[in-house]
Amino acid sequence: MAKVKDNVHVHDNIYLLSVEYNGICKMGQFFMLRCWELDPLLSRPISIFDYEDGELKFLYQVVGKGTEKLSRLVKGDEITLHGPYGNGFPYLEKCEITLAGGGIGIAPLFYAGRELNRINPNRKLNIFLGFREKSPLIDVFKEQFQNVIVDIGGVITDEIIYKKESVIYTCGPEVMMQKICEEGMNSGATVYASVEKRMACGVGACLGCTCKTVNGNKRTCKDGPVFLGDEIIYG
Amino acid sequence: MDRLKVKFIDRTFKNPVVVASGTYGYGKDYLDYYDPSLLGGICSKGITLHQKSGNKGIRICETPSGLLNSIGLENPGVSKFIDAYLKEMSAIDTVKIINVGGNTIDEYIKAMELLNDCELGLIELNISCPNVKEGGMAFGIKADSAAEVTSKVKKVSRHKIMVKLSPNAENIIDIAKACEDSGADALSLVNTFQAMAIDIVKKESVFENMYAGLSGPAIKPIALRMVNQVYKNVSIPIMGMGGITTWQDAVEFIMAGSSCIQIGTANFIDPMTPIKVIEGLKDYCLGNNIENISDLVGVI
Ligand SMILES: Cc1cc2nc3c(=O)[nH]c(=O)nc-3n(C[C@H](O)[C@H](O)[C@H](O)COP(=O)(O)OP(=O)(O)OC[C@H]3O[C@@H](n4cnc5c(N)ncnc54)[C@H](O)[C@@H]3O)c2cc1C
Ligand SMILES: Cc1cc2nc3c(=O)[nH]c(=O)nc-3n(C[C@H](O)[C@H](O)[C@H](O)COP(=O)(O)O)c2cc1C
Ligand code: FES
Repeated sequence: MAKVKDNVHVHDNIYLLSVEYNGICKMGQFFMLRCWELDPLLSRPISIFDYEDGELKFLYQVVGKGTEKLSRLVKGDEITLHGPYGNGFPYLEKCEITLAGGGIGIAPLFYAGRELNRINPNRKLNIFLGFREKSPLIDVFKEQFQNVIVDIGGVITDEIIYKKESVIYTCGPEVMMQKICEEGMNSGATVYASVEKRMACGVGACLGCTCKTVNGNKRTCKDGPVFLGDEIIYG
Repeated sequence: MDRLKVKFIDRTFKNPVVVASGTYGYGKDYLDYYDPSLLGGICSKGITLHQKSGNKGIRICETPSGLLNSIGLENPGVSKFIDAYLKEMSAIDTVKIINVGGNTIDEYIKAMELLNDCELGLIELNISCPNVKEGGMAFGIKADSAAEVTSKVKKVSRHKIMVKLSPNAENIIDIAKACEDSGADALSLVNTFQAMAIDIVKKESVFENMYAGLSGPAIKPIALRMVNQVYKNVSIPIMGMGGITTWQDAVEFIMAGSSCIQIGTANFIDPMTPIKVIEGLKDYCLGNNIENISDLVGVI
């Protein structure tokens, strides 16, 4: 159980939930959240948006019953968190890294960017964000990071520069990630993609979240959610 | 006094709480939560003779109080299971139950032969998986085919055989009796109910395999009734399951005739469920002066 510190409506159907938490988490990991008894039955996987000083934040989009129930939480409420789960993005010393996100997939990239800057304050981050419409989240990123390139209503994948030495962390709609993974393979860039699948257990026990890879089936919750771009088999 | 210690066939379980096949991997996935040696037993994910990569498309979908799954018995095959996972499982101090599925009798027999060289607690013979195209559940629908596979497996296996029944059977009592008559050492029930969900936008089944298997609290009352009916008609021990999420549910299954109970879907709701159920059963026995939980089996 964790205590809710805040749950603010950001815009449209997007909310930012802050909870009290003191544990170790890595960028790109997620928690299974629930604030209900048995309806819906399963907990909901949500990525770490930010984590600092005993405060863990989740940025989520209301799309159904579970996220709708999350959106009704208010300060002081209790929420159940299981996790952190998953492998997360790798903590690379390498100086230049590109983060590419679309839609609610930008959520894990905020903490990834902050962590990458923390372990190497001199690094260069290139951040590409795709939105369907103008969003206050653009400013949230621009206040935190320097090179933020935003595309509204178009295709962000075309703006990314793919070079052999590029390292790209991506999360977003499947079509976007597939494109980045393909471009990565063509150019020799290294892509780490955070895959989204329906999950039941979150710990690797049920095989409900299988991702097809060139190395056989992998469990998105446990072996992922972050996979190498050239490993994932799409479609 | 060890109020929860139970005998099941000739095995001693430290408590009657077992985790169900397909919801607990090969025993190591919940290590961050508790030591699996605290459990009465662990059922492995269903193993087949040959490797299976499982079903394509969506594999899980929720319904009110229930979970539909269409995993399709994804597993590494018996030989790889023995090399890569059974040793790991063996290190856990609990009864290891290996769940074995198959498409043909020959596959079951070959799998049993390979497992004869291994140390394990029990075999759970899965004749009831609704998520594979042919075989699987087919053996669990008709009493004569269930009897045939049970007797043939009994002939080759040196291990005790617990046959896992399908709630989709034509007649659950007939099939239970047929398995007992064919030499089954125990029965477990129920596997998932064949069920369906439709994507009304795409106008197609949510699942590529069309139908899926329903588990969770939604099935509990029916599963309980089936356990009780089977209990009244066989004399071999029963492991009951289907929607157990609390210790009270477990007591109901025990009273209906289960010597041990299995917890499946509830592991996903709260990973600590099995431990909470064990604690609840312990307190229940203490508070009600029950010397051993077995005293409650089939009191209904
Ligand atoms: C590792 C991981 C991290 C995630 N991080 C975030 C995050 O930071 N912020 C956020 O808003 N969302 C995130 N998601 C997605 C989020 O888990 C789903 O949107 C949520 O579970 C939907 O629950 P619901 O009850 O509101 O909707 P439901 O009623 O369950 O579903 C609404 C719609 O979403 C689809 N859906 C449900 N679950 C998933 C899923 N896991 N993947 C794809 N489609 C699904 C359903 O088919 C349906 O069309 C993440 C998912 C994963 C796997
Ligand atoms: C995701 C999932 C996978 C399963 N895989 C298997 C399996 O491999 N073999 C088997 O005999 N039963 C399998 N089952 C069925 C369970 O072991 C159990 O019989 C059923 O879910 C009913 O119990 P429950 O309501 O407590 O989950 C599976 C169930 C689920 C939910
Ligand atoms: S959600 Fe169960 S294995 Fe990934």
